[in-house]
Amino acid sequence: MTVVDLAIHPKADLSRPGLQRGRAFPIVIVGHVDHGKSTLVGRLLHDTDSLPAGKLEQIKAVSEKRGLGFEWSFLLDALQVERDQGITVDTTQIWFTTSARRYVIIDAPGHKEFLKNMVTGAAQADAAILVVDAAQGLAEQTKRHAYLLHLLGIRQVAVAINKIDLIDNDAARFHAVAEAVRGYLADIGIEVAALVPVSARQGDNIAQRSAATAWYRGPTLIDALDAFTPRALALEQPLRLPVQDLYRIGERRVVVGRIESGRLKVGDRVRFAPMGREATVASLEAWRGPAATNAPSTEAIAGDSVAFTLDEDVFVERGALISLPDQKPREANRITARLFWLDREPLRQGDRLTLKIGTAEREVEVEAITESLDVESLDARPANEIERNGVARVVLRSRRPLALDLYDELPRTGRGVLIRGPQIAGGLVIEQAQSVTNNIVAVSQSVTAADRARANGHRGGVAWLTGLSGAGKSTLAMAAQRELFNRGRQVVVLDGDNLRHGLNRDLGFSAADRLENIRRIAEVAKLMANAGQIVIVSAISPLKRHRDLARSIIGADFHEIHVHADLATCESRDPKGLYERARAGKIAEFTGISAPYEIPAQPALAIDTATLPLQDAGSLLINYIEDRLASGPVTT
Amino acid sequence: MRDDLDALEAQSIYILREAYSRIKPLAMLWSLGKDSNVMIWLAKKAFLGKVPFPVAHLDTGLEFPETYAFRDRYAKEWDLELIADDCPPLEATDPSLPHNSRIAARKTLGLRQAIDRYGFKGIIAGIRRDEQATRAKERVFSPRADDGAWDFRDQPPELWDHFAASLPPGVHMRIHPLLHWTELDIWRYIQREGIPVVPLYFAKNGKRYRSLGEVGITFPIDSNAATIAEIIDELEATREPERAGRAMDHDSEDAFERLRVAGYM
Repeated sequence: MTVVDLAIHPKADLSRPGLQRGRAFPIVIVGHVDHGKSTLVGRLLHDTDSLPAGKLEQIKAVSEKRGLGFEWSFLLDALQVERDQGITVDTTQIWFTTSARRYVIIDAPGHKEFLKNMVTGAAQADAAILVVDAAQGLAEQTKRHAYLLHLLGIRQVAVAINKIDLIDNDAARFHAVAEAVRGYLADIGIEVAALVPVSARQGDNIAQRSAATAWYRGPTLIDALDAFTPRALALEQPLRLPVQDLYRIGERRVVVGRIESGRLKVGDRVRFAPMGREATVASLEAWRGPAATNAPSTEAIAGDSVAFTLDEDVFVERGALISLPDQKPREANRITARLFWLDREPLRQGDRLTLKIGTAEREVEVEAITESLDVESLDARPANEIERNGVARVVLRSRRPLALDLYDELPRTGRGVLIRGPQIAGGLVIEQAQSVTNNIVAVSQSVTAADRARANGHRGGVAWLTGLSGAGKSTLAMAAQRELFNRGRQVVVLDGDNLRHGLNRDLGFSAADRLENIRRIAEVAKLMANAGQIVIVSAISPLKRHRDLARSIIGADFHEIHVHADLATCESRDPKGLYERARAGKIAEFTGISAPYEIPAQPALAIDTATLPLQDAGSLLINYIEDRLASGPVTT
Repeated sequence: MRDDLDALEAQSIYILREAYSRIKPLAMLWSLGKDSNVMIWLAKKAFLGKVPFPVAHLDTGLEFPETYAFRDRYAKEWDLELIADDCPPLEATDPSLPHNSRIAARKTLGLRQAIDRYGFKGIIAGIRRDEQATRAKERVFSPRADDGAWDFRDQPPELWDHFAASLPPGVHMRIHPLLHWTELDIWRYIQREGIPVVPLYFAKNGKRYRSLGEVGITFPIDSNAATIAEIIDELEATREPERAGRAMDHDSEDAFERLRVAGYM
């Protein structure tokens, strides 16, 4: 057993004011199991005089209890299972201070079994120390960790060639290992900042230059760390702000999220992808304590968690990606990405998972695994599946478009995670993005909307009837349909209740399902309107966001018509017996009783069926359709 | 120009908003200590002045009188929806635990009781990685069986601030918005923001409490730091661990780990 040199070589003057304030620079320590990561961490803390009082004695006691010499790794291996098996299971963090700055060390497990924990730790770092055993050289996990560092976006790497004392501090053997490591890292795109011969156990070349390696002229490990630069905030890059949530505070509707890159100012015109709507930032909102007196800020920058209002009430939801209108993200439904896989169950071609980028989540299908990478040889070949801890290049496809960037252009919105079941199953960085429609390039129509309008003698469009159950939507829709049909118009009714028997049979009444119900009705209505039909939709569509969604899908041909009757009237009609059941508590979330109905602020037409006879109400609707919807020039 | 405290604050607000957006119903644990006061302050920032979920004090009846006075004053002043149910008695705790741990374990049971009683699916707790070595291994979103058990051998991966928030049946989520803060960060932020704390943290007659817990298992340290600025100076120079005065941590080598595996914060 090697004798541990416990003499302290203080580098840091902890009493220097302010040194401990300021951001702790995060570094991760990675490498193959047993190459000495945890020992190196112990040594870094000890040699910078950063260990808490009593810690050395505690480690000594814990070591002796297990019949071992002094085990530095017990400093970090806090869990019983880790101490008893002598293996780091999960990532951990600990702080130390050099004469230059404060650090937080993330110690990541080297054992293959715990790669997901290594990734969890490493993803938080600005720089890395790769630990390589001088006698054993590059091992499989060393290579895998190095490759993952690269994928995780860590560009600053120092290599500690450890246990140099066990190869007799031999310069030639050190250089051989160092060149092999440098070559491998260069092949995967990492330029090494320093390769330092160290003995973590002895403290050689960590804080202090060692006489045992007098041939070595480079920096100590701590000098190499102090030369790293903090990851810069992406202040000068295009604005990207994934929407986290919407809060209603009094009358204000507040959008919240974190700026991933760029800046946001009051007065900026902003765009919401993938819907493409735009609005202007009216105010930045903040609570700054009861005593705050300074004026609210008018600009926010990358890294800030912001809250803001808009000048108009546009439809926005979690997952939208905010940009400036002239610096849009890409919108794609087919992406090529480099991926690392962490789930026990392999990733297979054809699998369906959830892809999360920013705050947006979309179901994607694995179209192809174009490359499975052997990290030992760096050979790549096509594959049908990727095992846990594997690295691959994949093509993913979603039905609805995703707003995203390429990783090389904007890393924070150019990367994401794959989720399967309740857990993150893998991570990816986006290399290419395309927008494709089932391999069909949008074919130009051989019959135009104008052709159809000429043949039919009227235009197509959508009259969207919203209102409480029992307000008379279906009755009006059916009456208008009959009359318009009698006049020779191309007309069809899409009734929300009827569609729930077929197209929307799989949907319930949760908020998400209600929104999806509306989305499908709107898509179908749009197709029919494009085919020249006058489409009368009858759907409660209780919330403004429901109608906004439909409007955004259908566009200029959307006509919002509020069919209104007071609740008492609707309840007295109760054509389907639903109010009675809702009052009896047999229907949860029934609009008007236990779920809200948001009255349209500016409908194109409002029809009050409580006061108007059916015939008059019907005439209002028919006249509106004839005058405003079915006539006029054809828009494309 | 933003400094390190701005960055810590922005990250915590991001975490709180993720929790609120994705997990309901939520509650925040308010131990009445410095960290949980900072957490409430951050929640007021995240949600623009009003904490939109209940705040739970797991009451053992053993807090210091100053602590209770603080709770009653700031529950009102901060407009909190306070839950302060009594924790189950000592006899209900695991008798194989060391004595001091059993006192702490009442809070584990109190939390389990709150989860059963109110059906919380998310519990926001103010633990920090630098406090204690097993806490250093925590995730920001940490799934727990509803009995609170922490499966530390198989924690989910977490990267790039993506937190998997969906919950299988029988599981709740612990959310840790202060995980990345240090004790010194907390005090510097309290100083900057003017956040009130229980006066026991400030030295009187050469003693102060550095970490606050129950009467009988929490002991003061020697200190003359009577102001926030003096506490900050003291922490910059000290080598003593923060929780040295918390007897429950030191009953045996794995005392705290056993508490945490069983569901302690």
